[in-house]
Amino acid sequence: MSVDSPGIIVERAFPAAARDALRDSQLRRNIGKATNTIRAKRKAVVAEMPDWQDLRDAGYAIKRDTLRHLDRHLLALEASVTAAGGTVHWARDGEEANRMVGDILAGHQAKEVLKIKSLTTDEIGLNGALSARGIEPIETDLAEVIVQKGHDRSSHILVPAIHRNRAEIREIFKRELPDTEHLTDEPRDLADAARRYLRQKFLTVPYAISGANFAVAETGSVAIFESEGNGRMCLTLPRVLISIMGIEKVIPRWADMSAFLQLLPRSSTAERMNPYNSVWSGTRAGEGPEEFHLVLLDNGRSDVLADEPARDTLNCIRCSACLNICPVYERTGGRAYGSTYPGPIGAILTPQMNAPPSPADSLPFASSLCGACYEVCPVKIDIPRILVHLRGKVVAARGAKTALDGEALVMAAMARVFENPRLYALAHKAAAIGQVPFIRDGAIKSLPGPLAGWTAMRDLTPIAKQSFREWWKARDR
Amino acid sequence: MKVSLFISCFNDMLFPQTGRAVVSVLERLGHEVAFPLEQTCCGQMHNNSGYGPEATALMRRFADVFADAETIVCPSSSCVVTVRVAYPRLAAATGDQQLIARIADLGARTFEFAEFLVKKLGIEDVGAYYPHRVTYHSTCNSLRGLGLGDAATRLLSHVRGLDFVELPRADECCGFGGTFAIKNADTSIAMLTDKLAAIRGTQAEICTAVDNSCLMHIAGGLSRERSGRRTLHLAEILASVEGGVAA
Amino acid sequence: MTSAKDTILGRIRQALVDVPETEAGPEAWRFRQRSTEDHSALLDRFTERARGYKVRVERATRAEAPARAARILAEAGLVRLALPADFPVDLAPEGFDLLRDDGLDNATIAACDGVLTTCACAIAETGTLVLDHGVGQGRRKLTLLPDYHLCFVEASAILGLVPEAVERMQPSVAAGRPLTFISGPSATSDIELNRVEGVHGPRTLVVVILDEAFPNETETH
Repeated sequence: MSVDSPGIIVERAFPAAARDALRDSQLRRNIGKATNTIRAKRKAVVAEMPDWQDLRDAGYAIKRDTLRHLDRHLLALEASVTAAGGTVHWARDGEEANRMVGDILAGHQAKEVLKIKSLTTDEIGLNGALSARGIEPIETDLAEVIVQKGHDRSSHILVPAIHRNRAEIREIFKRELPDTEHLTDEPRDLADAARRYLRQKFLTVPYAISGANFAVAETGSVAIFESEGNGRMCLTLPRVLISIMGIEKVIPRWADMSAFLQLLPRSSTAERMNPYNSVWSGTRAGEGPEEFHLVLLDNGRSDVLADEPARDTLNCIRCSACLNICPVYERTGGRAYGSTYPGPIGAILTPQMNAPPSPADSLPFASSLCGACYEVCPVKIDIPRILVHLRGKVVAARGAKTALDGEALVMAAMARVFENPRLYALAHKAAAIGQVPFIRDGAIKSLPGPLAGWTAMRDLTPIAKQSFREWWKARDR
Repeated sequence: MKVSLFISCFNDMLFPQTGRAVVSVLERLGHEVAFPLEQTCCGQMHNNSGYGPEATALMRRFADVFADAETIVCPSSSCVVTVRVAYPRLAAATGDQQLIARIADLGARTFEFAEFLVKKLGIEDVGAYYPHRVTYHSTCNSLRGLGLGDAATRLLSHVRGLDFVELPRADECCGFGGTFAIKNADTSIAMLTDKLAAIRGTQAEICTAVDNSCLMHIAGGLSRERSGRRTLHLAEILASVEGGVAA
Repeated sequence: MTSAKDTILGRIRQALVDVPETEAGPEAWRFRQRSTEDHSALLDRFTERARGYKVRVERATRAEAPARAARILAEAGLVRLALPADFPVDLAPEGFDLLRDDGLDNATIAACDGVLTTCACAIAETGTLVLDHGVGQGRRKLTLLPDYHLCFVEASAILGLVPEAVERMQPSVAAGRPLTFISGPSATSDIELNRVEGVHGPRTLVVVILDEAFPNETETH
């Protein structure tokens, strides 16, 4: 997969991609260590909040209500941003957004543009589109530098280079950054190397692109949450700033920030507050960029909105708590999901942004439905419920080909058996007899066909000689 | 009290001894157990795999079979979660108001076995004796779907002779997840491997839980690695008395 | 040709046909809006939480504050300091090369050893400073480019909870002012989730709380 193509186009089914990832011992160790560290931190900063569940309820209620009247809030946002001196653009899809951003920069004869880490720009493949027009995007978030300079793809929405350890990062920096011949693998040293390389860029490149964590319809304010200060650099030094936001990022009122300013940092970086939050409205004389563009991106979001059972998907504030808690993500890492959006949120969001049939159809099944993600989600997205809903859509879409679909045939046959107690009792007998050739020492050690996945590493309990109902009937007599 | 037992298709065919243990404990406590023979499957597998229409038909069937049951008890938390959480959604999707009301009522009458003992009857000591070292795995459905809390470990704490040892990371999924174990066998096995290591670390002979589906997954791994440890449903521990199992 | 805006709004309205035209908004929030702690407890909490981010926090009366700041800055070996053009005269420490920002260029600001500002308010629960870049707080980049930031915080401006600060800043936001929330020095955890302070923003953050009720002779560390 090209690192410059749109980040949500899935090219490989999850089971196969996961199989490769599971073999990578370094990745397993890096991700396992990282997720367990951040889980413990999150638990601690959430536990100290007596009103955490009330905050989650409020976060959910604000998002739900906003999405149910999204047209109204977007129009209000457009009006307030325009009144504050900004320009608002609407983009139907990634291609249109990329073209708009490219046109604005080309109009200024820009050759380089600074970038704040943005999932939305990754989703639409903005970097590749700009490069193709001769405009070089310069990632400024430390992890994005690691990913960009490593010609790599992100594996986590918060810490994109979570799959890399210090030794690997040192190699990348030595190869790609200036003045690094004496670089050690100390995180302090690595961060300093990035600081030196980027400081000169911040002071010389007058164009910047950002995403948006929130945009307030009432005041036209856009908010960026960050840790390193590269965000503040990009938001205050350049002459021209372009922010790209998914249409679901709007919130109605400034007061609503009181919920999200608490929910996001604790769920995301597991801190009481992340180091820097910037809020700005349009342009301001003598302060920050002279030109501000806000691009409102649909790119499939209105389709998600139209599917009522899945609508809550758009509540997501991209905190990554669901990735960090997920037992599947912990073992496969992010790249197995083949998308900008990995982990549980990716398993519901990505398939809704890929036209079926697609390898993305495998993502709703990439979960044991353990429910840990729902428990930690700060905006209460019932991810397991949406996974089941999306599985239903995949099954229904395959419906026309049922005759060729082994699983559907088995499911239909089993439904018929369960509908009829007499068939059910017969099936028990048939299965009890049918399994006999497979039993060794009281366990089933190897099965044919699609069931072989079970017995590859696990014995299977054989069907009992006497079912419970047979015992009950015998006892009654 | 008259208790209607929903055994679940899984326990009926693979783990009949769990059902016998439930009957034995309930009768020991002085309750009358009924077993409607028309029962088959709650539809969990169909629902979770995306076969909503089939699951809806099985839901209607379940509601008919247990229409007159005052209290339904089931030794499988994932089936109880299906009845309580999935059924209302399936019912809502039909738009049939009468069905929606029936299903809401059904959910209020359905209990997981340990939950029934501790939360409904208020009993923690069922007079069991089980002189073994035991660890407890909190299955995802009981922990997060049901909100079982510490009901199971309270029951275990009153079992005479039992040496209880806490399982590290007990709240993490074992990797079963129904068809997940087959569709994503590699990831499932990676999850199971870590669960088995945690169980080994406790030095327990027995790993217990309130779901035989997860226990079958764990047992499949323990058996394959000849670990000398095994799994046992909580009901079977609670049914044990001095001089052997009563059932 | 339908515009992108019309297309998107059309799609959204089509997607939301199930939503009644008028429906009640979200119910009242139940999360805490006001801290119940007394003010001295808030000052202690702010101090503890800010120190949790490796911020040096001191308390002094307003009269004593410049000298206290001067000691801290001299210890750190700083010489040239940037100040907002309207920085309060009585808070300026003596013995330094002070550069008032009347439109300094980026390179000049970046070449300063440190920067002194006040702030609009602070949040005890999270150890956060909030700047609305009004009087004494400078342009946004002033507190970003130098490697060292010392901020004077009025004790009365330290609020308990996040919602109190959001409410306090409502007029600033409504007036189009930018805000910067600062919680400790800049940091990253991008390398093996090890926190490293000082990436692009200041590596060092010092807070001097202006507290008239505070006995002068006490040094706190």
